Amino acid sequence: MALAKDYDSVMGRSNDIMKEALGLDYNEFESGSVAFDYEALMKATGYTLDEVAKIQSRTGVGNTPLLELRNITALARKYAKPGYGARIFAKDEAANASGSFKARRAACAVAHAKKLGYKGVIAATSGNYGAAVASQAAMQGLDCIIVQECYDSHGVGQPEIVEKARKCEAFGAEVIQLTVGPELFYTFLSVLEDTGYFNASLYSPFGIAGIETLGYEIAMQCREKLGKDPDMVVCTNAGGGMMTGTARGLLKAGCTNTQMVAASIDLTGLHMASDTQFNKKSCTTGHTGFGVPYATDPDHSDVPRSAARPLRYMDRYVTVKQGDVMYMTEALANLEGIERGPAGNTALAAAFSLAQELPEDAVIVISETEYTGAGKHIQPQLSFARDNGIDIRFGDPNKEDKPGVNIILPKDPGYIKHEEADINHFRQSLIKKSVKKAGVEVPTQEDLEFLAAETKTDVEFVKKTLGL
Amino acid sequence: MAKKGDWVRIHSVVLKAEERTAKLPEDTKKCDLEMWTKGFLQEDAEIGDEVTVKTAVGRLEKGTLIEVGPYYTHSYGKFVPEIIEIDKQLREIMFGGDK
Repeated sequence: MALAKDYDSVMGRSNDIMKEALGLDYNEFESGSVAFDYEALMKATGYTLDEVAKIQSRTGVGNTPLLELRNITALARKYAKPGYGARIFAKDEAANASGSFKARRAACAVAHAKKLGYKGVIAATSGNYGAAVASQAAMQGLDCIIVQECYDSHGVGQPEIVEKARKCEAFGAEVIQLTVGPELFYTFLSVLEDTGYFNASLYSPFGIAGIETLGYEIAMQCREKLGKDPDMVVCTNAGGGMMTGTARGLLKAGCTNTQMVAASIDLTGLHMASDTQFNKKSCTTGHTGFGVPYATDPDHSDVPRSAARPLRYMDRYVTVKQGDVMYMTEALANLEGIERGPAGNTALAAAFSLAQELPEDAVIVISETEYTGAGKHIQPQLSFARDNGIDIRFGDPNKEDKPGVNIILPKDPGYIKHEEADINHFRQSLIKKSVKKAGVEVPTQEDLEFLAAETKTDVEFVKKTLGL
Repeated sequence: MAKKGDWVRIHSVVLKAEERTAKLPEDTKKCDLEMWTKGFLQEDAEIGDEVTVKTAVGRLEKGTLIEVGPYYTHSYGKFVPEIIEIDKQLREIMFGGDK
């Protein structure tokens, strides 16, 4: 008998579909209370860091250059007090097979799907990850379907997302495109059930294990080039995978004193599921609309427990404005001779400002660059914004920026200033949400210790947050 | 007229506005959840007909035929004068200040 394919029926079978599509039973890691065994989930991949690196090296992934951005560093020093302005380096992840660090996540997931005998892979993503999965599937001989949220109700597509669809198709994938809304998950599940493909989720432990090599390489390259560990690593933050995987890789290399900074574009006030606001954003990722909800509630993705848990690793969370990122993207092209981004340059804009807080001999690494192309470039993004009635002008981004209304380009580089987000507020939010979600009246000692690890705090902080 | 075997794009409504029960902002609640995909047309048809296509992975999917030989039109956008202003400013600050 054919299964009912209506919304409620498919969503009701979510757990079973997921289990089939991941080859992993998440119940094994649950305690029955708030806590779950995160490290056991990560170990369940069965791959060591070395094995992951080998898988990646077979498919054009990893060992990307670490570029010193000498002119951008010199520019930052013009706005810093004497003796200040850290050296800024960029991990040129655009050099990966599919043009972004997402190839690291995809390589591991697709290789695992192949090993388990799946015929194809599916991923729900409007970002670079789609192209990464499609590229890896092409190399490893698997079918690939990418499900994208791409259009508003007038059928107008975000240029950056349209470009990502094109790239997926170039690698032979089928791209299913949808209008705005979280019910994308229903279509995703339904196709997953019909095809029996592997869920190459961004948030599976395979995906996150794939990023650990990035952190490890940063540590090794800094030691080789500079004879020291990086003082600060800045990660563009959306779903939290970059922060999680990079930090884990750095720790595996023994970088225990590196400060981990998450950076997102401030899109406060724009609703991510709003049809009318969908095309008022001029960056489709790396923004607070993803960054904050995924940091404070990691388990609302397309897997039962997300392996991306950024608050376990981040020391600071900073924001920059859309105009800052646009400006720095142009600076990267004009002063360093490389066209990258734009969304991946969120960390670069933040690093430009953060460098000014650190002495000249300090080292800041931004963990990624990404490829650029038609639609996925500051000119089409600004042009699209202007067509959508967004006011674009020079000014003071921190004073005048209104997401969805304007883009304020800094009137000179001195106006690129990160803002410190209240990370303790995010930590408290995660703690409260976790306890509420588990429906637990009194958390156990194990729960308290779990929540302390989840937020890089201590049991006292957790207790205080819960009023215990 | 599209021929059987042509590469085409189809459109369908996954959920009508009134069927959407997820937590949504007011504006999105008023919209259908729509879907597009591409594939080889399985029978001769006219634009606007309900058709079946075989997608890149070999899946059969039904929808309204909207485009034959679909292609991308996204671009590098129109001229944005602010971009050359940024270029000029950066070069002045970096290379023109100590003349």
